[in-house]
Amino acid sequence: MSFLADNFPLLRDAFLTTLALAVTSGICALVLGTLLTAMRVSPVAPLRAAATFYVEVFRNTPLTVVFFFLAFGIVEIDLQFPSRFISAVAALSLYTAAFVSEALRSGINSVPSGQAEAARALGLDFRQTLGTIVLPQAFRTVVPPLGNVWIALAKNTSIAAGFAVTDLTATLQRLANQNADQLLVVFMAIVVAYLIITLPSAWLIGVIERRTAILR
Amino acid sequence: MRITRYAATLAVLGLALAGCSSEAGNQAAESSGSTAAVDTEVQFDAGTTMARLNEAGAITIGTKFDQPGFGLLNPRTQEPEGFDVEIGKLVAAKLGIDADKITWTETVSANREPFIQNGQVDIVVATYTINDTRKQVVDFAGPYYEAGQDIMVAKGNPENIAGPDDLAGKTVCSVEGSTPAQNIRDNYPQAQLTTYDVYSKCADDLRNGNVQAVTTDNVILTGLVAGSPDAFELVGKPFTKEPYGIGLKKGDDQFRSFINDVLEESFQDGAWAEAWDRTAGKITGTEAPEPPKVNRY
Repeated sequence: MSFLADNFPLLRDAFLTTLALAVTSGICALVLGTLLTAMRVSPVAPLRAAATFYVEVFRNTPLTVVFFFLAFGIVEIDLQFPSRFISAVAALSLYTAAFVSEALRSGINSVPSGQAEAARALGLDFRQTLGTIVLPQAFRTVVPPLGNVWIALAKNTSIAAGFAVTDLTATLQRLANQNADQLLVVFMAIVVAYLIITLPSAWLIGVIERRTAILR
Repeated sequence: MRITRYAATLAVLGLALAGCSSEAGNQAAESSGSTAAVDTEVQFDAGTTMARLNEAGAITIGTKFDQPGFGLLNPRTQEPEGFDVEIGKLVAAKLGIDADKITWTETVSANREPFIQNGQVDIVVATYTINDTRKQVVDFAGPYYEAGQDIMVAKGNPENIAGPDDLAGKTVCSVEGSTPAQNIRDNYPQAQLTTYDVYSKCADDLRNGNVQAVTTDNVILTGLVAGSPDAFELVGKPFTKEPYGIGLKKGDDQFRSFINDVLEESFQDGAWAEAWDRTAGKITGTEAPEPPKVNRY
């Protein structure tokens, strides 16, 4: 146990880094994903096409490749992120936004078209219809799939370990190699740290789901 | 009717699988680049690890598959090649085991101890630095080579880095969890350390100017410089000692002494230097160094 106490500052910083990665990317992905969904259901064909193209590209590209491109690819066109942390947030956000968008689109499809038609009949424009009538209902139905996306994101942050971000997984590599005699303790500590992020999330998602459920 | 169709499908699958395995077998037989003369007339005391391996006529050796000059997988033969591999073959030969009876298992830095502890490999020859933490769980024969931490910089050394003290205020790259990275953290805290999971990313970052230096064992850096001689150069002043040893199960002192004997013999009869010239020496373009002194602790 003294081993854990000795390395507590390291583990705490790593935990906070992973949490910061997940939360920041989660918020960015939610905003970007919502925007993409709005584009996909918009009446403007080029917007729809652009959003569909985006979703298909990022949903079908391995996350590691996205990371690699943002870390080493864009240097070729003289672009550079200010830090590797921001580069990681960008990769996670761009990638996860595609999944958020797909989940949200399924929610929109579940809102009866009569709702949008009624809104139009009342004189609301596309933005108002989407923002006040359709999206609020759509979000309620997609709480469970969005929860899945969030948990996947929390675990996907581990890829940042390979790209110069000292998160939990990077710390696992560091501690495991330095303390060959404590391998199991190191593993347990890291797994517990991930669970501290994901398990309460799962519980919270359940609560939100029950609170926001639409009674039909 | 349906059942016979399933049976037919299974049969076809079985044939396909059998085809696969025999193909793999052919490949293994093809790649028997035996280099060390095998001792056929060897006797070992019953009950020792040497006797067990000699009787089985086979040994499983863990090595790296991604380390140019030491253990690098040849994609054509599916066999690793390098100095570590040659050392492994030397040991096997003295056990009376043919080179083509060696099973090479890839070991990476993080799984070397578990693989030895649970018997997945008999020995590990994998740029494996001997240190006290590791000695808690495994034993080491050797060292058979002494590497040292060095620095790689961009061609022409624009930052005038001559040693680790010059890294203060500069960004330097290494691999997370490696001994060299920890050495920078502990002893040169003014250097800004960036850590990736593999050295090739460090090389990319040095190439595009994100970091000003890459640091790790000189043998690894030499491989990187050899790959891009126009982009990188080595500072060439090792500032640590990394004795590479052969890892084996803790407490097997007879086996450890045996391997130490094999190593000392190879130091003397030239087999060691010859192995160096054939592998790592080709990359570094240097003569075989003075062999280290085996440490029988």
